[in-house]
Amino acid sequence: MVPTVAYLAVSAVLFTLGVVGVLVRRNALIIFMSIELMLNAVNVSLVSFARQHGHATGQVFVLLILAVAAAEVAVGLAIILSVFRHRDTVDVDHVNLMKW
Amino acid sequence: MTEWILFVVLSVIAIGSAVMMLVGRNPVHCALWLVLTFFCVAGFFLTLGAPFLAAVQIIVYTGAIMILFLFVVMLVNPEREGEPAVPASHRRAGLTLAAVLLVVMVGAITTRSGLGAIPTEPGGVTLRQVGTALLTEWMLPFELTSVLLLVAMIGAIVLARRRIE
Repeated sequence: MVPTVAYLAVSAVLFTLGVVGVLVRRNALIIFMSIELMLNAVNVSLVSFARQHGHATGQVFVLLILAVAAAEVAVGLAIILSVFRHRDTVDVDHVNLMKW
Repeated sequence: MTEWILFVVLSVIAIGSAVMMLVGRNPVHCALWLVLTFFCVAGFFLTLGAPFLAAVQIIVYTGAIMILFLFVVMLVNPEREGEPAVPASHRRAGLTLAAVLLVVMVGAITTRSGLGAIPTEPGGVTLRQVGTALLTEWMLPFELTSVLLLVAMIGAIVLARRRIE
């Protein structure tokens, strides 16, 4: 059986790739996709913990995270769409209206 | 042994397609690479003994969320402008930070987690256990999720609709 540590390592790598996407890319859509990638990486961790402990709570968390991710995507994409209508760009460097 | 082969194959595809998502210039291609990563995560759920979560992952993430992404990508038509190049200093700083984060996380997992001391429960988690936990112990969060989805639905409509003059 593949040990939990191996799943955690893959999860850490996927999470780091998501962080790279948020830090390096400028396209708001790609940044958003990277956030989804990070959520997925955490889900892998939670399910592997659930298997290790033989406890259902980890899987319940993952279900709730899925619902929150769906809600987040609906609102986030609506925000991106509305920013695009106002500024005609999805480049986060040009969306600095609230920058001090 | 077969489990290890499956795990390694899934990991390589998941990480490879995540990297392709990060370096891709066309957001549609990025979204499709991310779909491949999500399928591999569903595969991880299957190998971890959570077939229901694997099905939900495919239905919700690849079926609903990524379709929504593709629609928005096509609505905002990013081909027209193209992404300006990120300054090399920003890129270096971001990659350095991420590398530090990875080292810290892997170090914590391998040295400090104490996972070796916890025996793995045989039999794993059954779907019946998950359902029972969801509707007894986690009843309130489960119900609040429905409120959250309703709020998200209303919020998305309000934010994305055109102003009627």
